[in-house]
Amino acid sequence: MSAPELYGLVLTGGRSRRMQRDKASLEYAGKSQLARAMELLTPLVARCFVSVRTDQLHDPQRAAYDTIADIKPNLGPIGGIHAALHAYPDRGWLILACDLPFLNRATLQHLIAQRANTRVATAYRSSFDRLPEPLCAIFEPRSLKIVEESLAQGQQCPRALLSRSDVELLELPDPRALDNVNTGEEYAAATAALGAPAAAPSPATAAGIATLRRLNVRYFAVLREQAGRSTEQLETQASTPRELYDELRQRRGLTLAPEFLRVAVNDEFGDWRSPLADGDTVVFLPPVAGG
Amino acid sequence: MNHFSLHDIALQPELLRNELQHPACGGYAAFEGWVRDCNDGRTVLRLEYEAFAPLAVREGERILAEARQKFGVEHARCAHRVGPLAVGQLAVWVGVSAAHRGEAFDACRYIIDEVKHRVPIWKKEYYQDGDSGWVNCERCAAAAPQAPHRHGHRTG
Repeated sequence: MSAPELYGLVLTGGRSRRMQRDKASLEYAGKSQLARAMELLTPLVARCFVSVRTDQLHDPQRAAYDTIADIKPNLGPIGGIHAALHAYPDRGWLILACDLPFLNRATLQHLIAQRANTRVATAYRSSFDRLPEPLCAIFEPRSLKIVEESLAQGQQCPRALLSRSDVELLELPDPRALDNVNTGEEYAAATAALGAPAAAPSPATAAGIATLRRLNVRYFAVLREQAGRSTEQLETQASTPRELYDELRQRRGLTLAPEFLRVAVNDEFGDWRSPLADGDTVVFLPPVAGG
Repeated sequence: MNHFSLHDIALQPELLRNELQHPACGGYAAFEGWVRDCNDGRTVLRLEYEAFAPLAVREGERILAEARQKFGVEHARCAHRVGPLAVGQLAVWVGVSAAHRGEAFDACRYIIDEVKHRVPIWKKEYYQDGDSGWVNCERCAAAAPQAPHRHGHRTG
């Protein structure tokens, strides 16, 4: 029996909780990650799609491609995988995260050549922890049932799903090929390794200290001018937007009183007193003046 | 259809208007906001708009959806400029099509009022005296007096 036709899906739907900007638009050597991933994958599959959240359907960068919108919101990568399997249930799906700057064509070709379509999926072992790497993997039609069962049980981790499934596991030809980029420092390191200019990296501090959060801040308008920058990433003990603003007011010499501002967390209006999570992107909104 | 959009080039009202045509509509109302040469008694030479795009579009879409629901209009559209603008240029365009004129006028008014107060877009004015300033922001310093202060943010 011949293998089900292979379609491709590039995942961009993530909220990029640890980057200060939309991951899909990050550039390496002048090309966005999304454009780069699509260029790599499209020639190797019958059709290639971009996974989007419903609120990203009109994003021009994504709308330039065929898209598949999440059916169930806020599930992360597995939501995109589920939507693709659901949309074309008789196809195999090569799932690819867009934040893999070291990925090359040979890695994808090897994956496709070694595809075991009688199993649930074909995936690489992570060179980091030896577990299946779900975000550069082929999901066969039979995986839809397993994905749906996982979701029904509230389990959203695609790695956990592959770890307990019948998966063809491959060794990576290039052990770095799937290193991904989740923080400003990693982005700077990746751009340096790829020979492109990087934004100045912020100093890396010891990771894993429970009380420190790594937060991204974007500045607009009068606050951008006062801070002398559009973005920054920092590690801080601030646990709410209010605490963060108080810290930045000192450090950046911001003059606006918080009573006059609103706050946005991860591209949505937020609450000054709500706890922040590691990787959140915070924007302090000066009084607006559109129209 | 993308109902709320940001543009860094000149808006084209005739194209925007065409998006609103519908056989069920007997009324169409539009509002254009232009760059004025004077604000708060100061002569304005030019200005710049800056937007927090993802949230601006999201909030703008919410406003348009509210207008459609509240007034029962067929289509509602808003386009806003970002970047530098000269006096006289079109800064914001709102258009509504509806069965009758009344709800078209009402929805149009609602949209522009809400956009001005809720959408994260900022305006910097450049004055004839060489000074410049961010509209609504210049009196928001921490040391500002406790007097009531008018600014764009609604609470709740």
